[in-house]
This record gives sequence, C-alpha cells and structure tokens, in this order.
Amino acid sequence: MPDSSVPERLRQRHLLAISDLSEAEITLLLDCADSYVEQSRQPDKKSSQLRGRTVINLFFENSTRTRTSFEVAGKRLGADTVNMSVGSSSIKKGETLIDTALTLNAMHPDVLIVRHPESGAVELLSQKVSAAVINGGDGSHEHPTQALLDALTIRRRVGRLAGLKVAICGDIMHSRVARSNIHLLNIMGAQVRAIAPPTLLPPAIERLGVAVFHDMRAGLEGADIVMMLRLQLERMQGSFVPSTREYYRLYGLDRDKLSVANPEALIMHPGPMNRGVEIDSDVADDINRSVILDQVELGVAVRMACLDQLTRVLDAEGGD
Amino acid sequence: MARAYLNARLLDPASGLDTVGGLIVKDGVIADLGPSVTADALADDMSKIDCGGACLAPGLVDIRVRVGEPGEAHKETIASASAAAAAGGVTALACLPDGPEPIDRRAGLEYVARRAREIKSTKIFAYACVTRGAEGRELAEMGLLAEAGAVAFSDGRHAVADALVMSRALAYAGALGKTIVQHPEEPRLASEGVMNAGEIATRLGLSGIPRQAEPIMIERDLRLVELTGARYHVAHVSTAESVEILRHAKRRGLPVTCDTAPPYFALTEVDVGDYRTFARLSPPLRGDADRQAVVEGVADGTIDIIASDHWPQDVESKRLPFALAEPGIVGLETLLPLTLELVHRGQVPLMQALAALTCRPADLIGHKLGRLAKGAPADLVLFDLDRPGRIEVDRFRSKSKNSPFDGRPVSGAVLATIVDGRPVYQAEDFG
Repeated sequence: MPDSSVPERLRQRHLLAISDLSEAEITLLLDCADSYVEQSRQPDKKSSQLRGRTVINLFFENSTRTRTSFEVAGKRLGADTVNMSVGSSSIKKGETLIDTALTLNAMHPDVLIVRHPESGAVELLSQKVSAAVINGGDGSHEHPTQALLDALTIRRRVGRLAGLKVAICGDIMHSRVARSNIHLLNIMGAQVRAIAPPTLLPPAIERLGVAVFHDMRAGLEGADIVMMLRLQLERMQGSFVPSTREYYRLYGLDRDKLSVANPEALIMHPGPMNRGVEIDSDVADDINRSVILDQVELGVAVRMACLDQLTRVLDAEGGD
Repeated sequence: MARAYLNARLLDPASGLDTVGGLIVKDGVIADLGPSVTADALADDMSKIDCGGACLAPGLVDIRVRVGEPGEAHKETIASASAAAAAGGVTALACLPDGPEPIDRRAGLEYVARRAREIKSTKIFAYACVTRGAEGRELAEMGLLAEAGAVAFSDGRHAVADALVMSRALAYAGALGKTIVQHPEEPRLASEGVMNAGEIATRLGLSGIPRQAEPIMIERDLRLVELTGARYHVAHVSTAESVEILRHAKRRGLPVTCDTAPPYFALTEVDVGDYRTFARLSPPLRGDADRQAVVEGVADGTIDIIASDHWPQDVESKRLPFALAEPGIVGLETLLPLTLELVHRGQVPLMQALAALTCRPADLIGHKLGRLAKGAPADLVLFDLDRPGRIEVDRFRSKSKNSPFDGRPVSGAVLATIVDGRPVYQAEDFG
C-alpha cells in the first residue's frame, strides 16, 4: 500500500533542479523508478506509457552515458526518441540556445532532455518551450537525474537514506553532481560531508548543509556511503591542485583510506572514472563494495520514472 | 530672450542654497536667482513659468555613461543617449572610452564632440583611455588627448592592472592636472567570476568574484597615489571594505575621490535570483552589509559622486545563460529617482544627494557646471520630489531596456530639463 504522504504527481512540468523538489516528490520518483527496475530486467523490456510521445535529447555538451541512458529509457517506455547534438563551437554564438529551443518547440516534442555547459541554461530554455524539460546537467549547477539514481542505488542497497553518513569527495567546486546530491541527501535526512582540497570547494559550501573536510581520512571516518567525483585532468596540472600524483596520494580512494569508513560502506562514482587518480582500480572493481555498475543500471530506471511522471503532469495540464 | 522660472524650491548644493524663489535665464546663463525673483518684480513681457513649488536644481552631471558610439550603435547612439539623459534630468555626461573602438586618439574625442554639437542637447564630454586600446600595456598619448578635451583618463571596464603602468600613468596624468579613474578589480582574482562569490553563486553553480578583488586593487593604487601625489578616482565602489579604506585615505588627506552607482545601494546579489542577467553587473552586486556600507558612504560623503553607470545592452546580449551575458544596465533615466530613494528613506540629506549628482561630478571632470549661480550656464533640472510613480522600461528613451528596476515604485519625477537655457525635455503634464 502506498505511503499516504507520497503525492499523486509532481507539481511542475519540468525537472530542472533537485532544490525545487520536496521530500515527497523525490520519494514519488524513487518509488516509480523501483517499479521500472524489474521491467528492465525482463526479456521484453518495452511498455507503452509514452507511446506516441516524442522525446528529444538536446545535448550542447558531449555525453555518451547520460544521453544513451535517456535514450534507452525513452525507448523502453515506447516513446520516439531523437538525439540532437549541438557542437560546442556554435553555442557561443549569441542566440543559438533560444533559437534552437524555438525551432525544436515548433516540432511539438513532449519532453526535451537538455544538457548545457552553462549553469542556468536549461532553465532559460525551459521558459521558451511548451514541452516538459529535464535538466540533463547544466554547467556546475545541477544534474538531478544523477542524484536520483544515486539515491535509488543507496535505497535499494541499504533500505533508507535518512541518517546515513555520506561522504562526497573530489572536485565539488565544478560538480553539478555534487550540488544535486547535497540537496537531495539533505532533503532526505542524510548527513553529508564534503571532502576536497580548499581549491576545489566553492565558497560557503557549508551553507548548503555539508560538513567540510580537507583531510580525507577524517572525512571518511565512519562513512556509510563514499561518493567519488570525477576530476577533470586539466584541473590537476597546477591550476587547482599541483599534480595528478599528489592528488592521488591525498584524495584518491584506496583500501587504506577506505579502512576508516564503515566496513559495509558503499562506493559510488558517476563515471567515467579516472582510475589511479581519484579512485584505485582495486576499490572500483570490488564487487562487494562498489555499486558503480548498479548506478548505471538504475540510471535507466530513474530516467524512465522521470519521463513517466513528467508526461503525467503534461496529461494533467492538458486535461485542465 | 529672458525666461523666468518662478515659485520654485531653489536647491544649490554647492552654496547650500535652499529657498523658495525664482531664477531668470538669459542668453543661456543664469542671470539672477533668489527669493526676490517673483512675478511682481519682473517686466510684464518676460516669459514666466510657474514651477508650482517644484525643486529647481543644477542639471545632473553623470560621469559614467556608455553612449554606444563609436562602434555599438545597435545598443545606443549619442542621439538616443542624449534623449535618455534629458528625460533623466542629466544635462552633462562623460562617456567612457573603452567601447569596440577605444578612444585612445584625438579622432575619437573629436568624433564624440562633433556628434554632440550636431545633436545639441545634453552636454557630452569624453574620457580618453589610460592605455592604448585600453589594453593596460602602453600609455595612450595623454598629453595630446588632454589638449583635445579628455576630461580624465580611464580604461573603463578594465582595471589598469600592471603596477608599473599604473604608477607611470598616475605620475604622467598628475603633471597634466588630470585624474585617473580606476575600475577597482584585481583582474586575475575576478577573471573566472560572473557574480559575487558566496553562497548564492555556489548554489547557482556560477563562479564567483571574491569581494576582496576590489579593496586589493584600491589599496595598491593608494600606495601609488602616495608615491606620485596624483589625483585618483575609484569608480563604482561596491564593497564595505572599499568604503572603509577610502574613508581612511581621505582622512589622511590623499587626493582621492570615488563614486558608486544606484544598483550598489539599491540591490544585492539576491537580486540575481534565478539567473537574471539584468542583475549581471561589473563589479557584481554584493551582499546586504556591502549595500548598507555604500549607503553610509554616500551619507557621510566618503562616496563623493553617484553616477548612473549607464551601459546599454540589446536583448541578444542579455537573453543568454548568465555567464555568457554581457554585464551592465541602463541607468540614465533611473539615476535621479533611485538616488531620491535614499532621501525619502531618511538615509541621505537631500543636499548631500544632490551634491553627489551635480557639483561634485562636475568638479571631477573639471568643468564649471552643476551650480546655481549668476553667470553660470543655465543647465537645470526641475523635479517633483514626492510625485509617486513606477519605473517603466518601455518608456525609456534609451535604445536598450536592460534595467533590473522595471516596475519598481519610486517617488520623484523630472518635470523639465534645461541645457544652456533651452528646454531639452518636458514631462507630458508640464508646461
């Protein structure tokens, strides 16, 4: 029997940021995603909730994993999915974002999944279209479906989010994954820690509800979940940290540092990993601890849930 | 022909005059003024205007304006900027030299002067660049530019960052009797940022400019001012630390002045909201403690001048993701009402506010303007101090409408603007 506090549907037509969601809405999405995990494990993976719907993946930034995950999710629900990549060279030209939005809007898509290198760009685009918009990652701002799939992964393994000690480690300054996770975990009652050198932490990050650690062992002490972030290689050659090898020594996750965490601690990474830089292969491939491939699998289910729930909002709006 | 403005509240911040009376304009200058100038005392055939008790003050002198020319006439022209200035009560302005075609040679100054003569409205002066192309490396021909009428030297939105270049610029300009106007921002600290660093920028995923970027540059420059003895002016002060540093520097007697712009006392970084590009400024909007310190700086005279920082941007330059949008807002038509907010709230006395808009900016650009005095140019603004209204960008004369103040309720409205005795603007319901 469903929990009575879980709402019937989302309040908004767009999924732009975790910070816009309530605890009940997050629970709704996670419960819905749970139901799609089984569907994805059947020989016949396809259903028809989105039959006749057009879903466009509009990516202004290179992506293979996220785009494929959304594409698979849309197809499993019976939608017609179209991929559109806009080269990074053309986005600098003035109006391309708005022009592209208006052009696509004229084709009457039902859902637009948008990734863009600039913070706030997806929200700007959402104001110009009649489709539901899912933020597939905007600049350093948010990547809501990643945080939802991380939450689903934790919930399915541990059974809950509330009260867990979650350590997020790495380039938090430039990470939309970190921001979305910090918001979601706080909303759901987890205790969040941020572990990074000061040069990779944005100002006043503690105001978002995290305890800050510069020493990785101190931050990992007793942690139930360890979320590693990808560090762009160009940021490791003197501009933010002195070198790759120094970063690995101080902030790379290996068995030794992990030994202070909860012995059952789960290890997560949004991918793609820099093995030997932010994470040791030995740890990344430990089937008892690493849930990195679970994240990929559950990513599809979470994105199916988002597509399903947002099109329900469209149905409801259309019926009004 | 002479014309008399009667039954006005005469306000002259330079002399402290605040009295009900009249003012006579003849041949473009103020022929007489004071309480004794009344209808009874004047010849019958003199043209008389009853001001109905409205405030008559020196026209505003706006020391930081971008007029779009040369180079960005799609955003603003000298004609549209002049119309906006007239509507805003601004009778003289100084335009910045760092547009797409930097004013670093005589031809640039001559172009602006010629266009201003043709339009014959608000008086338009110009700065010249401190360095060639405003690139911060080699000194522009400051001597020749001063001869050609440059009111002061500035690299506009760019800080003169190199300490050696700044030291030589100050020394050289000092010998010419000219002021260097600095954009106070350490460019390396600011290089990646698009708004004030802090919690809001972090939440929005935008890179921040630490507020320390401003006092760092001011403190360095003050050492160079000590070294050279030259006059130095800090543009658009935005942080509490800057105000405190400048207060102290003035107490020590350094030849330093500074200004701010209305957004820095009317808005904060909270107004960026959900990526509102109209709130993208340079320097960026800061926190509320900074805003309050700027108000106090205006109130105690640490901040000498309020300038509009008028920076027109077309829709295409603002309807973009926040970090890609151009900075700046239009300000000519909101300068007076936003400044009067400080007066209506009791934070700044009326005379102090008017001084920051008239005689003090005139002194900075070295022109004998901004005063009600016999023989002075009849550059005047007549305004209703209390008239309630609302800022409406659709009514702006400026070609660009990029203002974060659209819809803001204000008190105070310009009724008429007069340049050299000629009305250049009249409100629909006046005259």
